[in-house]
Amino acid sequence: MEEQLKQLQAEALEKVAAAANLKELNDVRVAYLGKKGPVTEVLKGMGKLSAEERPKMGALVNVVREDITKAIEEKQVTLEVAAIEEQLAKESIDVTLPGRPVKAGGHHPLTRITEEIEDLFIGMGYTIAEGPEVEQDYYNFEALNLPKGHPARDMQDTFYITSELLMRTHTSPVQVRTMLKHAGKGPVKIICPGKVYRRDSDDATHSHQFNQIEGLVVGENIRMSDLKGTLDAFAKKMFGADREIRLRPSFFPFTEPSVEVDVSCMCGGKGCSICKGTGWIEVLGAGMVHPNVLEMAGFDSTKYSGFAFGMGQERIAMLKYGIDDIRHFYTNDLRFLQQFSVHE
Amino acid sequence: MFVSYKWLEQYVDLSGVTPQELAEKITRAGIEVEGVETPASEMKNIVVGYVQSREQHPNADKLSKCLVDVGEEEPVQIICGAKNVDAGQYVAVAKTGAVLPGNFKIKRAKLRGEESNGMICSLSELGIESRLTPKEYAEGIFNFPNDVTPGEDALAALNRDDAILELSLTPNRSDALSMIGVAYEVAAILGRDVKLPQPNPAESTEKAADSIQIRIDAPEDNPLYIARVVKNVKIGPSPLWMQTFLMNAGVRPHNNVVDITNYVLMEYGQPLHAFDLDRLGSNEIVVRRADEDEKFVTLDDTERTLSADQLVITNGKEPVALAGVMGGANSEVHEGTVNVLIESAYFDGQIVRTASKAHGLRSEASARFEKGVDPARVQAACDRAAELMAELAGGTVLSGSVVAGELNVEPKKVSITLERLNTRLGTDLQMGGVEDIFRRLQFDTETNGNEITVTVPTRRSDITIPEDLTEEVARLYGYDHIPLTLPEGESQPGGLSPYQLGRRVVRRYLEGAGFNQAVTYSLTSEKRAAQFALEVRQPVALAMPMSEERAYLRESLLPHLIEAAAYNNARQMASAALYETGSVYLNEGENVQPKEEERLAGVITGMWHEHLWQGEKKAADFFTVKGIVEGLAARIGLADRLTFQKSAPEGFHPGRTAEVLLDAEPIGVVGQLHPSLAKEMDLKEAYLFELKLDMLLNADREDLSYVPIPRFPSIGRDIALVVESTVEAASLETVIKQAGGSLLTSVRVFDVYEGERMEEGKKSVAFALTYADPEKTLTDEEVTAVHEKVLAALKEQAGAELRA
Ligand SMILES: [Zn+2]
Repeated sequence: MEEQLKQLQAEALEKVAAAANLKELNDVRVAYLGKKGPVTEVLKGMGKLSAEERPKMGALVNVVREDITKAIEEKQVTLEVAAIEEQLAKESIDVTLPGRPVKAGGHHPLTRITEEIEDLFIGMGYTIAEGPEVEQDYYNFEALNLPKGHPARDMQDTFYITSELLMRTHTSPVQVRTMLKHAGKGPVKIICPGKVYRRDSDDATHSHQFNQIEGLVVGENIRMSDLKGTLDAFAKKMFGADREIRLRPSFFPFTEPSVEVDVSCMCGGKGCSICKGTGWIEVLGAGMVHPNVLEMAGFDSTKYSGFAFGMGQERIAMLKYGIDDIRHFYTNDLRFLQQFSVHE
Repeated sequence: MFVSYKWLEQYVDLSGVTPQELAEKITRAGIEVEGVETPASEMKNIVVGYVQSREQHPNADKLSKCLVDVGEEEPVQIICGAKNVDAGQYVAVAKTGAVLPGNFKIKRAKLRGEESNGMICSLSELGIESRLTPKEYAEGIFNFPNDVTPGEDALAALNRDDAILELSLTPNRSDALSMIGVAYEVAAILGRDVKLPQPNPAESTEKAADSIQIRIDAPEDNPLYIARVVKNVKIGPSPLWMQTFLMNAGVRPHNNVVDITNYVLMEYGQPLHAFDLDRLGSNEIVVRRADEDEKFVTLDDTERTLSADQLVITNGKEPVALAGVMGGANSEVHEGTVNVLIESAYFDGQIVRTASKAHGLRSEASARFEKGVDPARVQAACDRAAELMAELAGGTVLSGSVVAGELNVEPKKVSITLERLNTRLGTDLQMGGVEDIFRRLQFDTETNGNEITVTVPTRRSDITIPEDLTEEVARLYGYDHIPLTLPEGESQPGGLSPYQLGRRVVRRYLEGAGFNQAVTYSLTSEKRAAQFALEVRQPVALAMPMSEERAYLRESLLPHLIEAAAYNNARQMASAALYETGSVYLNEGENVQPKEEERLAGVITGMWHEHLWQGEKKAADFFTVKGIVEGLAARIGLADRLTFQKSAPEGFHPGRTAEVLLDAEPIGVVGQLHPSLAKEMDLKEAYLFELKLDMLLNADREDLSYVPIPRFPSIGRDIALVVESTVEAASLETVIKQAGGSLLTSVRVFDVYEGERMEEGKKSVAFALTYADPEKTLTDEEVTAVHEKVLAALKEQAGAELRA
């Protein structure tokens, strides 16, 4: 009987090993360990054994049973893993195929520049002021120390609608309107972005519509050095920490003194095509607010002083991104626009 | 303004300062030097030659064979093509090995079998613009007067070795429209002296006043008129130095008398005019306003029709000059002129501007009058011209000037305290340093304690207030020396307004949804101005547009956005999604500022979604744009407040367009571009929206507050309804919501069917309803009770039956 058991065990283990899949394995389990299986049969035949032999044989049967069960369990794990692997192998894909595109557009480069400058000055305590694009002659010119017939009006060719209404030629009328709102009480600290218009023919460097962003600070004891410090901080944040600014005297009717502000070129002063060999790039116009402008806007010019500056987003974008034709900004070619969807 | 370095050296010592260094210093001190031209730098080996003989080239009719002494042992043979070449002339010769402008190298050559060792040059070959060359040499080679030596440097003799600084003057610095004015500026920059001419013409005993009388009938326009008389001049070319200085200053030489008036104009900034005294037609000058429609022939032989807002110089009967603008043909100086009247006057800028504009005659003279000449130089310039006419044209200057009118030449005084100066600049200057700056400018000063009073010469009419003094100090002290500081005093938090923030949110939402931001022109054509406008008014028109395309202010953003989409479609970008935020301009009546409203608009063409290899392709349709607008409303807290009403505005597809309402207020439109318009613009299907952004962002909305997440399960019920085809889903939804009450938490359309399996004129709309109670788990009975109410209401109010 013992012999028979051993043989059964060997036979069963062999079949477990040979099982190729979970079904065959299950067949082996049913065949050897089932109610009608040979091991059960052996147990049934134990009645014929002597009292001494019975426990010994019982123990042996249990060992054989456990051995086969264990072998089946182990084999089951192996077969299950194999089955999953087989399934996964079938599910394999070409991961190099393109993914399902997620649509994403982006800012126009002019908005990008505008927001960058706005945010930079917001960080320095400025608010953003906006105003109408169709302006009264008074706010666009007269309140800015440009009376009718002033020769400097030639500097800005204007789209008039009537003799008193025009397309604003700069965002400065927003400064005037904001100062008037303050009714003679400082401080005023604003950034004025917006579209402006000049009577120009459109070509690579001229556009009848363009954008400006101006800044104005009015307070007690605002100094030229404050203007210089502010613009130095601006240039470093906008163009890079190693940039410097340079002020050159100039003329604007609404500031006195007036300056042009150059920013050092990225060539580091060696001279290149962008700076035309000078090492400097003209970026801003600025100055101390003319006392006539302060007075007309209701500020006591002996108590208050201020500075103002202005620049063109198109020019900044052209410098920053190397854009060669101002008309690109208004053509809205997707091949142009899409390049500015990227976050730098 | 072109400034000749060699000419400038006559007034201020420039030693040790190269033209380039000078240009940089002038620029940094306030007058921008746009460029420095050094003509000789692109030329070499050009000498004076003497033409010893000229004969016809044996093989060429149009060429001459010349033997030219170039200061070497032997004369050289040069073949010359100029008609005016002849023996006995002193000419400019580019020797073999010479270089002319444009890197044109002169080599030994054989021309039609004859050897040529160089080239005889015209002025334009030496780099002088032909509009500046004297008329007699415009067509051929240049002849030197006899005071040159063969072999000497021809470029030096022609002042081509000069450096010419091009000054770009801002309107306030008209003082630098003269060599003397520039000399003052340069002297201040360099801290050197100015040497001025001291004109003192030798006069004859004959009195000028016996030859001419002057009367001013329009003293406002012409406060001062000074005349001198020079007799017995010999008209001829002016000396070479004067001609070349004039050419370097951008003025064409004519003859000695005219050149002298131009030379003094450039030197003093005071325009002069020379009349032929014998052709004046009388012994008097009368200055008056022109008569309306008065005719006058200017010296360019053009008949001009004058008007009463123009000033004329007359001989008492008829005009002889248009004041400050141009002389007359009748009294022009010509070859045979013997006696000359020099006019030096102060004309009002406005009246000169009016006339120069009216006749399109802008000249060096009119430009200076328009900007205002220095009243203190009117007499000096007249004296200087008389002196030069005696010296260079052999004339006799009659005694005295004839003067009519007078001008205040009293200089202004402006004061500033040291404290104010320093607080405006952020500097720590001492009084001594400030005084020194004004000394360099040659302004007299008077210091009284902390206050300095500056006497501003009449040449600097731009300086009138203390801030002008601040600027003079700052620019000469140097902006580089001003420190870097930031504003002090009370500070406020910066930031965007809620509206500005909202606009940024809207932009980011649309960009996240796949739109690229466009920026288009505000000015448009008459046709486009009111197209697609949410509110149509008479478009605002420009008074003087540059073109028909940009003549009106837009009332909608859509026309240019559609153009941008078409532009992209035409360039193989068939799918485009563009949006724009910007103003439209609504007419409020003549001379009233138009109402500017901010709009948000978008256009989509082509595929909205495309994922090719998996076969996914979804063209944009009405529901794409509608979904975007709904999503936008949700993003800005207006989720349930937008409604869409079928509508058919012009330009849109009449069956696929909806008016958008916020609460009950119309705020925009979504829909398909009318197919016939799309075809016209070379577009396929395009979907549009335009919304009143200002109304969207300014709408009152509730503050954000947390609603607890449901703790009890919800119960869903689906219903498929059969209704008349014309019944809109939104009306069914309204009925469901009303009847469902507070337990109904959501209603969604999940199927719409119309077709074969439906009865004609009917459609099926299926809704998924969700019921929930925040306080407890709903029982089936409770839900059924409400749901039955919903079904009953649908049947009663919309004739909706449950689909079998
Ligand atoms: Zn550079």
